Amino acid sequence: MTFRRKYEEKFFRGLSFLFTAIIVFVLVQIIWTIAKKGVPSLSWQIVSQEPKGGYYFGKEGGILNAIAGSFYLAVSATVLAFVISLPVALFMNIYLIKYQRLLIGIRFFLDVLWGVPSIVYGAFGFTLLMYLGYRNSLGAGVVTVAAMITPIMIRAMDEVLKTIPIGLQEASYALGSTKTETAYKIFFREALPGFATAILLAFGRGIGDAASVLFTAGYTDYVPRSFSEPTATLPLAIFFQLSSPIEEVQNRAYAAAVILTLIVLVLSISARMLKPKK
Amino acid sequence: MPSTIETMQESNIKVESISANVPIIEIDKLNVYSKGSHLLKNISTVIPKNKITVLLGPSGCGKTTLLKCLNRLTDLYPELKVKGSIRIDGEDIFDSGKDITTIRQKMGLLLQRPYPLPMSIYENIAYGLKLKGVRNKKIISEKVEKHLREVALWDEVKDRLKTSAQRLSIGQQQRLCLARGLAVEPEIILADEPSSALDPISSRVIEEEFIKLKSDYTIILVTHILRQAKRLADNVIFMYYGEIVESGPAEQIFENPQSEILKEYLKVGH
Amino acid sequence: MILSRRLIDSISSKWMLACLTFCLLLPLAIGAGLVFKSMPLLSSHKLSELLFSSEWYPSDNQFGFWPFIVTSVWVTVLALIISCPLCLLASIYLTQFAPKWFLKFMRPVIDILAGIPSVVYGVWGLLIIVPFVGDKLAPFFHADSLGYSILAGAIVLAVMTIPYILNMLLEVFRQIPVELGEASLSLGATKWETIKHIFLRKGSSGILSAFGLGFSKALGETIAVLMVIGNVIQIPQSVFDSGYTLPGLIANNYGEMMSIPSYDSALMFGALLLFAIIIVINVIFRYIIYKSELV
Repeated sequence: MTFRRKYEEKFFRGLSFLFTAIIVFVLVQIIWTIAKKGVPSLSWQIVSQEPKGGYYFGKEGGILNAIAGSFYLAVSATVLAFVISLPVALFMNIYLIKYQRLLIGIRFFLDVLWGVPSIVYGAFGFTLLMYLGYRNSLGAGVVTVAAMITPIMIRAMDEVLKTIPIGLQEASYALGSTKTETAYKIFFREALPGFATAILLAFGRGIGDAASVLFTAGYTDYVPRSFSEPTATLPLAIFFQLSSPIEEVQNRAYAAAVILTLIVLVLSISARMLKPKK
Repeated sequence: MPSTIETMQESNIKVESISANVPIIEIDKLNVYSKGSHLLKNISTVIPKNKITVLLGPSGCGKTTLLKCLNRLTDLYPELKVKGSIRIDGEDIFDSGKDITTIRQKMGLLLQRPYPLPMSIYENIAYGLKLKGVRNKKIISEKVEKHLREVALWDEVKDRLKTSAQRLSIGQQQRLCLARGLAVEPEIILADEPSSALDPISSRVIEEEFIKLKSDYTIILVTHILRQAKRLADNVIFMYYGEIVESGPAEQIFENPQSEILKEYLKVGH
Repeated sequence: MILSRRLIDSISSKWMLACLTFCLLLPLAIGAGLVFKSMPLLSSHKLSELLFSSEWYPSDNQFGFWPFIVTSVWVTVLALIISCPLCLLASIYLTQFAPKWFLKFMRPVIDILAGIPSVVYGVWGLLIIVPFVGDKLAPFFHADSLGYSILAGAIVLAVMTIPYILNMLLEVFRQIPVELGEASLSLGATKWETIKHIFLRKGSSGILSAFGLGFSKALGETIAVLMVIGNVIQIPQSVFDSGYTLPGLIANNYGEMMSIPSYDSALMFGALLLFAIIIVINVIFRYIIYKSELV
């Protein structure tokens, strides 16, 4: 082997390792930066109180409105998306299993939908809202976010269901089950651990997205009491407070960023742990 | 019934009858482990030059692993631990100072299914030459033609050398893979059940090639098809669960098997 | 009993079908809704003027999208120039050179990078990247910049596209059969030569698609870029200039758009533009992936 070939091999091996290391370093750097800025501002007051009078000038209060709002929003949107995704994913894998070409088409379509940016969902949600004559509200935010995460959830569930052998379906029919019973009793149970991953994934997407709720959910200083009230969300709490010139307010944005990052960390790790081993 | 002493004497004769040929590969106390399982157990044997040596045995007995040890493709699988020595032309291939790419070029490899490189027919054969540093277009063209003729593929593909090799039929692809291996001028051809994915005609062509090629090359063929082994083998190494049970000249192994396992195998294989 | 089971079955299948139809119709509804809202603008302005004019004065009823389009494309291309080589070599390292445990360790790293919300990337960009560009890079290149720039946006965006592109590339390399590598190695190639000549060629359509889909992902990214790019309506002359992306335009002006005539129509036209471009890119590259999986 010539010197050049040996050198080239070593060089690219080293370079590719370096690039991988850079990616790890960037992640560590991001988490470190957010933690260093945000953790000192974290306090019980921040997570347990709504903004009080003068909050936006650095006075008393916390971001409970955003934390609660985000959870209300993400949980409701995930439930709504689940109610739509589950039948669709089951339908694809039980009723449409014979029509492979159609199935490929639907999967293709959903994959394309995955690429649509959240700001487009937000803009459309807002348009619809105006058209129907409603105001910004928790409910509108839920519907928009649900629409955004549904394709993700369907495809993730579909990937789980695809791996269930067709023999199981046949065995279930042989015992006299209807398609519905097969779907909800056999397939659902078989795929449950995989579904948990799909749900966490979609939930994470829902809780972290700002562009879709910017138009639709609005912002308030109160924890919403019904779907027709507007609601604050964590991403927007960070976004708005960061643009304030007052340092105390900015620091609360960093604290909110820590909370949001922590939520996402927990979601990612539990989704990975729940994922069935191949 | 032969007594144990007689068997031992016989096996001594066997070793002599092989080593009477010029050895090209000497394997000494080769052991391969993978995550707690012992894949190859204390393999010691010699493989003679310009002969077809068949590695015979039921699937999962370690034939393919042994074959992959010979050109150190085992490096690709980090879970495999290899101990012992393999000498090719007297050089230990596990010697870390040796350049593995030169060692590998001594051996052409033919896998169970053909894996044409994702390029044209012409480039498939030129690839190995270019790696060797051959830049002269004329030499490369000559070589391409020579080796395609060698595997009886030239007339079928000479008008479409620039088209993708993946468009050839499976049988043509396997012959192309053989030609590709021959182009780097190896001394040894390692073949891992090369006709298992082929139709009977292509598989016959490959077998005929092997018989022609053995005057210039040493061929090591892994197979579990008994009839193919009988048609081709000069020497046979019979393996079972990672061990060499018996080895020797083909007629001796097939006509006069010693161990019960081999007798059983030959009977079932018939 | 039997009747009720049948009834449930029939109701449930209809519900399933209804949900599927709904999902398939939704994007059509989105497209139709955005077209409908853009109509007032499209009927009073020429399409070529909207796309290629740089005059953006909403109160004078002038809507030229060119600066936003240029900035968006510039930021996205720059981001990919940074992240594509990074992802390509990292995926090569992880699938070809690295020990198995390292790949296992990287999976959650990629997951977390993918999960971090856009706004948190924005915060990181503000704290680290903007000062870095403003105080270190710009003086080094003798450029005058506050840091809020195309380059800062591109760096943040590059990091955000890494998990997305890297995951797809890992899948591309995973699908290449080991035997192809064995064949090349046994011809005397080194590992790197095998990767360079064989794997990159074998995976070329997958790699191209990963980059293409990464491009569409980056093009639609809103909040993080908006936070670091400066939001100045201009055609940027250098990477140290500020800019204003199309998604940023939509996000930043939703509040005041009701007060100026045609403004809401213009913003919805922006959303439509984004939607159409991204759908087209996705269809093209998803189709390439689909074709290459058939072979």
